[in-house]
Amino acid sequence: MQELFFAIAQANAAYARCIDDDRLEQWPDFFTDDCLYRITTAQNLRDGLEASMVFANSKGMLRDRVSALRTANIYERQSYRHMIGAPSILKVEGDRVETESSFIVVRIMRDGATAIFATGRYLDVWIEKSRALKLSERAVVCDSHRIDTLLALPL
Amino acid sequence: MVLITAMIDAPSDFPPLPPGLTRAPYWLFQRADVYASEQKRVFQGPCWSYLCLAAELPDAGAWRTTAVGDAPVVVTRDEKGAIHAFENRCAHRGALICIDNAGKGARQFACVYHAWTYNLEGTLTGVAFKNGVRGKGGMPASFNMAEHGPRKLRVEIIDGLVFGSFDAQAPSLADYLGPEIVTRIARVFAGRKPVVLARYTQALPNNWKLYMENVKDSYHASILHLFFTTFELNRLSQTGAIIVDESGGHHVSYSQIAKAATGNAEYSAQAIRSDSDYKLADPSLLHGFDEYPDGVTLQILSVFPAFVLQQIQNSIAVRQIVPRGPDAADLNWTILGFEDDTAAQRLARLKQANLVGPAGFISMEDGCVGGFVQRGVVGAPDACEVLEMGGHDATGSESRVTEASVRGFWKAWRARMGI
Repeated sequence: MQELFFAIAQANAAYARCIDDDRLEQWPDFFTDDCLYRITTAQNLRDGLEASMVFANSKGMLRDRVSALRTANIYERQSYRHMIGAPSILKVEGDRVETESSFIVVRIMRDGATAIFATGRYLDVWIEKSRALKLSERAVVCDSHRIDTLLALPL
Repeated sequence: MVLITAMIDAPSDFPPLPPGLTRAPYWLFQRADVYASEQKRVFQGPCWSYLCLAAELPDAGAWRTTAVGDAPVVVTRDEKGAIHAFENRCAHRGALICIDNAGKGARQFACVYHAWTYNLEGTLTGVAFKNGVRGKGGMPASFNMAEHGPRKLRVEIIDGLVFGSFDAQAPSLADYLGPEIVTRIARVFAGRKPVVLARYTQALPNNWKLYMENVKDSYHASILHLFFTTFELNRLSQTGAIIVDESGGHHVSYSQIAKAATGNAEYSAQAIRSDSDYKLADPSLLHGFDEYPDGVTLQILSVFPAFVLQQIQNSIAVRQIVPRGPDAADLNWTILGFEDDTAAQRLARLKQANLVGPAGFISMEDGCVGGFVQRGVVGAPDACEVLEMGGHDATGSESRVTEASVRGFWKAWRARMGI
């Protein structure tokens, strides 16, 4: 269990660095090919509302997010700083692990304005394949239903 | 009649506006007194504002909090099934009566401050310790509960959309919208029962009118939003049209993908960023289903002052704009499906929800572009927007290379504001 905790904490740290260092092209590689990644709100989850602000049920859709951000979408230069809390391991079944981790994301804008952009939790399902952990599901549950201006970079 | 009323008590301390509809000075987006006047003359004037969906009030005693302009409002459903709306403001000392987003099973509302109570219509029904305690204290005999209460709104419903108005002089909702807008709203719902799939709020760093201009601006759609353009969801060279109602305040922009794709020559000639070789790794995002027999794949409809009904392929949503001061507004999104959706149709809607909202492939730019204007014009309150694309009037056209519906917005706004 200690080993698993360490491995997941390490995977989360690498995930945060990947986004915060603007290596978005590598971000889909944290997921399995048939992954489910979505960004929703605590209220929608509580109310059982199924639509998301971001929804991808394939790695291809994650790649499309990145290429849209790189070539299509317009937004002011900005970066994130993720702080991901220690993972709670909720369930282990063979190579399948369910975890929950809290996060805070600070957004730094072009003009230097630095503010808490999102807080919430990752509800994750990890799959261990050839000694590597991949996300088969990551539901990003934002505590607030209110997003400032736009949500461009992934959480 | 309404116009004359507005003119009589026109505010005199605003500078005159340039004649015609092609110029709007930037102080209209900046001044606190303009903002305050809009609350009274537009939002609380003879207009209709979207409150919620009837489907969000399924049973007797269900309620939701919403807003008309920046005024907080409660919407309820009573035991007979009728929907009511009243200002969320206790008649006693002004506190919010309802302090959550929604609830069910309410028989009455009690203000938490001093327990003044209201029925589901918003009528004051009780005052705590009205007769005092042991014959001492209490309200004077002259106090008449019937003379007190939060303001009640008129309520009308169209295709399950609940609208409210503070003004007894407002025309009926159908007359306010006009037949073309009524038809175009009915087209989206097609008699089906909507289901809420998600709700979220986008906090916009700009005046509410900049967002409404953006919504009505068909000229920008395929230029700012590359995602739209590349996948031929919307090109100005597609077939489509703009409808502007007689008041100018409501509009519809719609298009359909021509089966024989039109050439890209006009786009290439403009050297516009929005012509690229961008391709999707997983195009299932755009594999929707034929929902509408008329073949229209995009319809953006706005109702003055601050409501939008959207159909982008199979992505259906209502958007409510709540002004939050001269330079901020909340954009409340309600993403919809329909009760009779199949599992495959529902999945298509979940995928196409990626197109809209704060992270929307084709709408995230609308969240920031208003802020670019708000910041861009800080030092130039007396400079003006130029709104001449497509001419000078505010009438519909087959061309979407036009700012006619933006001019229409200003036509309606000027009529309400009397300046």
